[in-house]
Amino acid sequence: MFTRVQDWLDERFHWSDIVGPLKKKTVPIHQLSYWYFLGGITLFLFLIQVCTGILLLVYYRPSANEAFESVQYIMTRLQFGWLIRSIHSWAANLMIFTAFSHMFSVVFLRAYRKPRELTWLTGMFLLFLAMGFGFSGYLLPWNTLAFFATKVGTEITGRVPVIGHLLMVLLRGGEEVTGATLTRFFALHVAVLPGLTTVLILVHLTLVQYFGISVPPGVEARWKASPGEARQMKFFPSFFLRELMAWYIALGVLGALAALLPWELGTKADPFAPAPAGIRPEWYFMFMFQTLKKIPAKVWFVDGEIVGIVVFGVAGLLWLLLPFFDQLGRGRGRRFVMGAGVFALSYIIAMTIYGYMAK
Amino acid sequence: MTLLLLTFFCGGLAYAQQQNTCLDCHSALDPPLQVSVETFAQDIHSQKGLTCASCHGGDPTKADPDAMSKSAGFRGKIERGQIPALCGSCHSDAAFMRKYNPSLRTDQLGQYKTSVHGRLFAKGDRNVAVCIDCHGVHDLRPASDTRSRVHPLNVAQTCARCHADIAHMKGYAIPTDQFEKYNTSVHREAMVARGDLSAPTCTTCHGNHGAAPPGVDSVQNVCSTCHVFQNQMYEKSSHMTAFQAAGLPGCVVCHSNHRISHPTDSRLGTGPQAVCMQCHTPGDNCDQARAEMLANLKDLEDAIQHSDKLLSVAETSGMEVSQARLDEDQARDALTKARVTIHSFSKELVNRDIQDGLNLAGKTLQAGKNALAERDYRRRGLGLAVIFILLTVVGLFLYIRQSERDAPRI
Repeated sequence: MFTRVQDWLDERFHWSDIVGPLKKKTVPIHQLSYWYFLGGITLFLFLIQVCTGILLLVYYRPSANEAFESVQYIMTRLQFGWLIRSIHSWAANLMIFTAFSHMFSVVFLRAYRKPRELTWLTGMFLLFLAMGFGFSGYLLPWNTLAFFATKVGTEITGRVPVIGHLLMVLLRGGEEVTGATLTRFFALHVAVLPGLTTVLILVHLTLVQYFGISVPPGVEARWKASPGEARQMKFFPSFFLRELMAWYIALGVLGALAALLPWELGTKADPFAPAPAGIRPEWYFMFMFQTLKKIPAKVWFVDGEIVGIVVFGVAGLLWLLLPFFDQLGRGRGRRFVMGAGVFALSYIIAMTIYGYMAK
Repeated sequence: MTLLLLTFFCGGLAYAQQQNTCLDCHSALDPPLQVSVETFAQDIHSQKGLTCASCHGGDPTKADPDAMSKSAGFRGKIERGQIPALCGSCHSDAAFMRKYNPSLRTDQLGQYKTSVHGRLFAKGDRNVAVCIDCHGVHDLRPASDTRSRVHPLNVAQTCARCHADIAHMKGYAIPTDQFEKYNTSVHREAMVARGDLSAPTCTTCHGNHGAAPPGVDSVQNVCSTCHVFQNQMYEKSSHMTAFQAAGLPGCVVCHSNHRISHPTDSRLGTGPQAVCMQCHTPGDNCDQARAEMLANLKDLEDAIQHSDKLLSVAETSGMEVSQARLDEDQARDALTKARVTIHSFSKELVNRDIQDGLNLAGKTLQAGKNALAERDYRRRGLGLAVIFILLTVVGLFLYIRQSERDAPRI
């Protein structure tokens, strides 16, 4: 049966020519091969997001009057609604966690090196899009915490020099966070971001396919010295089945989190109520939020928040250009990239913990 | 230059018109004749443009002894016996007061004359309170100012200056422990601890300018200005007619007056805080009704507590029980309503409210049980899913090992 379908496709589309390279694709085997699974797990979690998101779309109503009630309905009345929403929320957080881990693994294994600069850039843009998904999706249940966190988040956007106010109004659909903001975030969350992400994922995967999987420089040097040590496994089925195992384990973790710690709904947002104490963004924005909180009101004569935003903007841009620094003369660039990687990872972890510990 | 000179001279002219030479000397004198510029500047009369001469007469524009001459209308220190009339000369004049504060009442003097203070004053007792004893003098502030002696937070202290003074109150044959008792009351707690300025203070029940004890007949009316529903229930009860016939002061019989504490269900009991058994005989019909109402109140409270515990467990397990929490609030409201209905002393009416509460508490209890059952169901489902996932992972692992044994890696 399978052969007949294959023949039918071959006759019309030369299917074997398309799938052929995939059959020949190999994955290097060494002591750091496990890090290769992170990208695949992130992709798997994205697919879960798409599936659960479509299911939630059937019942979710994107208006300030109905959003909270519709999510409450999904959580309490709908058969397995609680599971779908909890998986959607947990998968979103896990996806950003695995995306961050994937990024740092690429930095420390130096997988971004020539000729994979574009793979790095598309991956970074995918991470930004994932954070955009998190920011826009956080508001959709229209609960108190999300409402005020969005208010604070968009206020920070408003502090961006020159275009800040325009950006804030564009995001909010006015000067304040209202029902107009909710519909904008909804449109971003279910149409704009998924479209962009799908295109970028395809580009990213094509680049990964085209350039093959990077071997860490240390391993590569060892293999060059003694070619007999070099080992590869076939992508199909060896790596794919291992990846499948990783996906199953991720699914188990996701199911356990959703069943044991269902995602909270909170109370409905009241735009006229005072902001509750301890408003915090999602954990992946915490390091930036805590930094902005700790910068003095004035740095010399410039507004402290603006200084923070500009510093993060410049740092983000430099981080994007990391592969190009690596190529700077005689190992200086490599040392700079490694130093930047260690600093960024330590800073993000330290400021996130500090943000949660600080009152 | 001309403009500058004009401004300079006109400014000097304005100063000459407003100058109050009284304060030049009185700010330098020792108490009680001392009135500092700063103190008088805080006075509402001063802020409205009145001067010392408005009450004391004289000519404050003159800096010599002629300012205090009889020809200048100087009255000197106002005798205590003239104070109510002097204040009333402006404050009872509606046309005059309209120029300064149209919303201020102008019947204070009339009310004062009906008060216990005013009636004793009319009889020549100069020891009783007159306007300045409560409102102050020379630093008089509006009642809305928290520094004013008649601001709601300060009224009790102001009244206590005389009423808690044993020496001062000697000869009036009334107790002097009202302030001490009031300080421990639920009303004072609402005022100070909760910052509720509408909570009762002395003047709320006794009146201010027309201050008088409410008297047996009016106690119920006084309390009912705030406790409307309790009064409606009390009017339906047999106690109202019985208390009236016995000349008992309504609400005060069970709740006392100045030391009104937070009422608890133990008032219906037989312990030290019980009030029913002060009059009723053990075993009589009323005692039986009391015991039944108390038991039902306890049943409802226990039922709410029980469901509350269950809902808390469900919430900490991550279950969504917000609708049950709303129902629980309604059950609590029913309990509060039942406690108010106690004032009807009708077990049928009380039991009706309690039954409403019990129905709601039963509903929330069931919601809590359902939530916990759902939690267990989810965990069982999770267990099965984990077993299935583990089996698949193990299967995959074995399959990979087997297939790679057959076809070794590159």
